[in-house]
Amino acid sequence: MAKMHVKMNVNGAEVESLVEPRTLLIHHLRETLNLTGPHIGCDTTHCGACTIDMDGKSVKSCTVFAVQADGAMITTIEGMANPDGTLHALQEGFRMMHGLQCGFCTPGMIVRAHRLLKEIPNPTEDEIRFGIAGNLCRCTGYQNIVKAIQYAAAKLSGAPMQEAAE
Amino acid sequence: MNIAVPTREQREAKLEGMGCKRKRVEDIRFTQGKGNYVDDVKLPGMLFGDFVRSQYAHARVKKIDDSKALKVPGVLAVITAETLKTVNLAWMPTLAGDVQMVLADGKVLFQNQEIAFVVAVDRYAAADGVEAVEVEYEDLPVLVDAFKALAPDAPLLREDIKDKMTGAHGPRRHHNHIFEWSMGDKDLTDAAFAKAEVTTKDVISYHRTHPSPLETCQCVASFDKIKGELTVWGTFQAPHVIRTVASLLSKIPEHKIHVIAPDIGGGFGNKVGAYPGYICAIVASIVTGKPVKWVEDRIENLTATSFARDYHMTTEIAATKDGKVTALRVHVLADHGAFDACADPSKWPAGFFNICTGSYDFPVAHLVVDGIYTNKAPGGVAYRCSFRVTEAAYCIERAMDIMAQKLGMDAAEFRLKNFVRREQFPYHSALGWEYDSGDYHTAMNKAMEAVGYKQLRAEQAEKRAAFKRGETREIMGIGISFFTEIVGAGPSRNCDILGVAMFDSCEIRVHPTGAAIARMGTKSQGQGHETTYAQIIATEIGIPADDIMVEEGNTDTAPYGLGTYGSRSTPVAGAAIAMAARKIKAKAQMIAAYMLEVHEADLEWDIDGFRVKGLPEKSKTMKELAWAAYNSPPPGLEPGLEAVSYYDPPNMTYPFGAYFCVMDIDVDTGVYKIRRFYALDDCGTRINPMIIEGQVHGGLTEAFAIAMGQEIRYDEIGNVVNGSFMDFFIPTAVETPKWETDYTVTPSPHHPIGAKGVGESPNVGGVPCFSNAVNDAFAFLGTRHIQMPHDYWRIWEVAKGLGLHG
Repeated sequence: MAKMHVKMNVNGAEVESLVEPRTLLIHHLRETLNLTGPHIGCDTTHCGACTIDMDGKSVKSCTVFAVQADGAMITTIEGMANPDGTLHALQEGFRMMHGLQCGFCTPGMIVRAHRLLKEIPNPTEDEIRFGIAGNLCRCTGYQNIVKAIQYAAAKLSGAPMQEAAE
Repeated sequence: MNIAVPTREQREAKLEGMGCKRKRVEDIRFTQGKGNYVDDVKLPGMLFGDFVRSQYAHARVKKIDDSKALKVPGVLAVITAETLKTVNLAWMPTLAGDVQMVLADGKVLFQNQEIAFVVAVDRYAAADGVEAVEVEYEDLPVLVDAFKALAPDAPLLREDIKDKMTGAHGPRRHHNHIFEWSMGDKDLTDAAFAKAEVTTKDVISYHRTHPSPLETCQCVASFDKIKGELTVWGTFQAPHVIRTVASLLSKIPEHKIHVIAPDIGGGFGNKVGAYPGYICAIVASIVTGKPVKWVEDRIENLTATSFARDYHMTTEIAATKDGKVTALRVHVLADHGAFDACADPSKWPAGFFNICTGSYDFPVAHLVVDGIYTNKAPGGVAYRCSFRVTEAAYCIERAMDIMAQKLGMDAAEFRLKNFVRREQFPYHSALGWEYDSGDYHTAMNKAMEAVGYKQLRAEQAEKRAAFKRGETREIMGIGISFFTEIVGAGPSRNCDILGVAMFDSCEIRVHPTGAAIARMGTKSQGQGHETTYAQIIATEIGIPADDIMVEEGNTDTAPYGLGTYGSRSTPVAGAAIAMAARKIKAKAQMIAAYMLEVHEADLEWDIDGFRVKGLPEKSKTMKELAWAAYNSPPPGLEPGLEAVSYYDPPNMTYPFGAYFCVMDIDVDTGVYKIRRFYALDDCGTRINPMIIEGQVHGGLTEAFAIAMGQEIRYDEIGNVVNGSFMDFFIPTAVETPKWETDYTVTPSPHHPIGAKGVGESPNVGGVPCFSNAVNDAFAFLGTRHIQMPHDYWRIWEVAKGLGLHG
């Protein structure tokens, strides 16, 4: 199959590649660019394990062709840490509030929560729950994920930190 | 300069030992996308395998034409049963003593059964190849309804064993019969029923569902022809068992097989068994000489690997008029699908279902389980469950509610009246178990107090009256469940998998600087072993948890173990850790005695080292003792500080809990709201309360899903009608209720640290609690038992059936 040239900015670096037109973005990220943080959990756009940030939107990368991302600005979990190398408030929050267990949904969940907090910096619990409804978790029951996002929201807005997870 | 001597509290805190809410070490990599899961494994020249699967639930396979597939660019090989027969692998043994087709051998027995394995240069080419394989079928009559399986004219499914009327668990009485398994005293039970004042009899079904971890089953097999060595990375909850099975099947010597279970994206029982994908990837790697990856997609996962439950339980309770139970009789029709691939200890064809007397003091009981074949996927895995204890808990907890309703007694009061009492432990149940410890009344009373049980019932009474007056269209249900689990398989006298005793193991090496590594026979899939196991060691030998690395999942370095499922890690491997640590401590004590020039008996343990009794300033820390163990051991003592323990538990452990659910249901729409869910768990000694709470949240969420809609459903010709996340209910953050957790602590008397295991309790106790809430809501309108799952539509149907829709 004839390959196409694509160029995208992934986690701050310009990347050029040749891809088959049918290659899904998740496979391009994981297999060509070796960014194995985003995962594949369902193949039908339900689980959100493959969530990345693309041009300022949360996108399920299993449902986008790599060629559709030509020219896009992409952030994956690998690009979430702060420029100085410290962890993002969400990465810290997920650990502090025990917002993960097997870790498989975590990269997608954190990247989604990152966009959610850009859209709504101080979300209510209901807004958080609705905001992450496109990301499934089989381990945590979401309760501590909600707390992790609240932790990060508080930290990012300079509010006093909550207590860590029970 | 004054150097502050740390206080005892500071020394204790520094260890981050048992009881502390230690933050997880795993999270550091997972939150940065640096986990290493099977699909992340990438080897030079790696090929990719994908399955051609059956469109039919029951059909003869007349012809498999791979000629077009082999012309597809990138396709290298198409493996069929004929190929596998050349290496004697067309069929494989199951964990339950049956055999299972690896690839369709003449016929298919369930929809999406594996027919051919296409090997190609990448996953896209493999998928192209799958599309191009042409299969010619001749369809056969399909058996879906378990209740019709044993009819004289039921279709013959298993032609391979049609003349073999004795199976792994005794005689078979029909061509679709697998086994009959009975426990308890039939005559005494029948006699008790004959003279009973009140009896109930109900068919209580626990529908077919699926564990569906977020990561599906997958593996990479790499065979090195020169060395004759096989390496397999896979989603294995029990890596050593996979190694042994792979050796027995492939005839590759076991020391030349390296099984690696890297990070696993959830298991919940799905990843215990051996699947055709593993066998095919291994064979493909041997044939091609290249590494071969197989990754299941979600539809394949839901429809082909390892369903759970599918038990139809006819449950009878006998009781006196004043509410004392006198006998329990249960018959189970167990739908195992096309092959008996249940993941139970080999001697237990229905797992530990005989825990079905639950938390109650039944003087006599009798249980019969009939296993049967149908045209459905094989499996019968323990989905967040210790081998059918979830089914048992559902059966008894529903039946107890039904009996309470018939007696006109309050469901909580009825339970309190029949609990095994604290002074009866260790308690011998009528179906053969010895419950280690429990204090049911204390737990139940604490839970009732916490939820305000009396007030809830008063509110419910008012709402019922208002409903009857036509003032509201909402009804209120109060669900109760008081479960007793049986976990920690298990004692070698009665627990083995294919002859391998179900011990577990730990090896600890303390390095000269006082840091340590512990290697385990178990395998975490999210349970946080790297964090909690280190806490046990920290408390036992006084090395800070941060200085201890826990390693699992590499069969070359880990001591042999049976893996993680059935809540066995803490009860079995957790005990092995303590025993290994105590061996280390004993040697350290000898070294300390030598260094301090006292007798060993003159030393006492103090948080992180030994001190001389009465002379606390004369002491040696474990860190100092580790250095001495290597560099200046006492004369005659060999250097080094390490130990291995293989722990064969003397008994199972019996965690328990009291759960309450308050639910409001709109009878016009069937929409329910979980107003409150309270879970009190007693898992004995608590190692890391944060992780326990997290596990309870997760298990309750899975229980919520199962009770309220999560079902694998077949139509009458054996098609799975909800085989993707589009239709299979996985709750999102929006539907998931909020959880309240609580606890009591009743340590296990036979476990070295008193811990019992907790990961599965919320699933075991949660399902009956939700279902009892729905049933309780409708009970005043005359219902007796409403089958799960209770999705909005089915609840609406119940209301409609009651004539509530005018």
